[in-house]
Amino acid sequence: MIDKGTLWFVIIGLGIGSFGLRFVFTGLVGDREMPAWLLRHLRYTAVAILPALVAPQVLAPAATGGQFDPARFTAAIVALAVGVITKNVLLAIISGAATLYGLLWLLG
Amino acid sequence: MATTTTKSAFRKGLVDAAPFVLVIIPFSTLFGILATEAGLNVFETLAFSVVVIAGAAQFTALQLMQEHAPTAIVLASALAVNLRMAMYSASLTPYIGAAPLWQRALAAYVTVDQSYVCAMAQYEKEPDMTIRERMSYFFGCVTPIIPLWYLFTLVGALLGTQIPDSWALDFALPITFLAMIAPMFRTPAHIVAAVVASVAALATAGVPYSLGLILAGMAGMIAGAQTELWVERRADRAAS
Repeated sequence: MIDKGTLWFVIIGLGIGSFGLRFVFTGLVGDREMPAWLLRHLRYTAVAILPALVAPQVLAPAATGGQFDPARFTAAIVALAVGVITKNVLLAIISGAATLYGLLWLLG
Repeated sequence: MATTTTKSAFRKGLVDAAPFVLVIIPFSTLFGILATEAGLNVFETLAFSVVVIAGAAQFTALQLMQEHAPTAIVLASALAVNLRMAMYSASLTPYIGAAPLWQRALAAYVTVDQSYVCAMAQYEKEPDMTIRERMSYFFGCVTPIIPLWYLFTLVGALLGTQIPDSWALDFALPITFLAMIAPMFRTPAHIVAAVVASVAALATAGVPYSLGLILAGMAGMIAGAQTELWVERRADRAAS
């Protein structure tokens, strides 16, 4: 059981912290010019962080206790491949989900 | 297509972000379910989603609280997962930094992976948009996302523990993120950034408190920036 005091402390702390992270540049830097080297790195933020977030889950999913899972791995590859080829986010998600359910059903 | 008025920019944002509805619904439902399974009541679960609006960070905090990790570790880890929001904020700044403060504050509250991806793609595609059009577009993007985030957290919390594990909802998150990343592979530098970040994330999986994610993200960003410089220099040499 999670302690109620801790829970509310985390909810409020995380709320304030998350807002701070989201506001730090748009709010405080505003329309001041930012250096070229910084912008060059920022261009690759999303394309770096999201794969880093996903890669461990693809190879060692929490749901299978960190064991490699062929169904989840294949679903991930299919979602990525369909996304790269079609550039269609929704189609990629549907293909990945269909692969996941198909393989989970086949592999039992 | 040129966006001529703020109203049409809002509508375009709304339409462009609409596919994410199918992403938001399973995520927020899943959070609601897992939070009530962890012992939170419906009000606490909903408050969590309204105050924080950050799927990955919420899941991280929930996981660590269940393991009775120290509160400081719970906060630090969840915020580390959310550090990418600071990077999003920084990369949005050149586009929306000149907007009024209250608009920037509101935009900050609703900056999530989906609204960021959606807005950046549009701003890069149409650099001539005015600040007002950009803000309208941004708020258009979040309109189908944020209310559903609240609503389906509530639905998940009410469903509670009734959904069986065999639905494999855990993998909704990775599949969605992969689908979101794929269309961003526009240049070799983007691909290098993604590959380096993935490898670094696997290599730093043992680093405690999710800090490996931050290290991997930085490695990917540096790799992308260096590749861009290298490609530019090679193009310059070929031209001269």
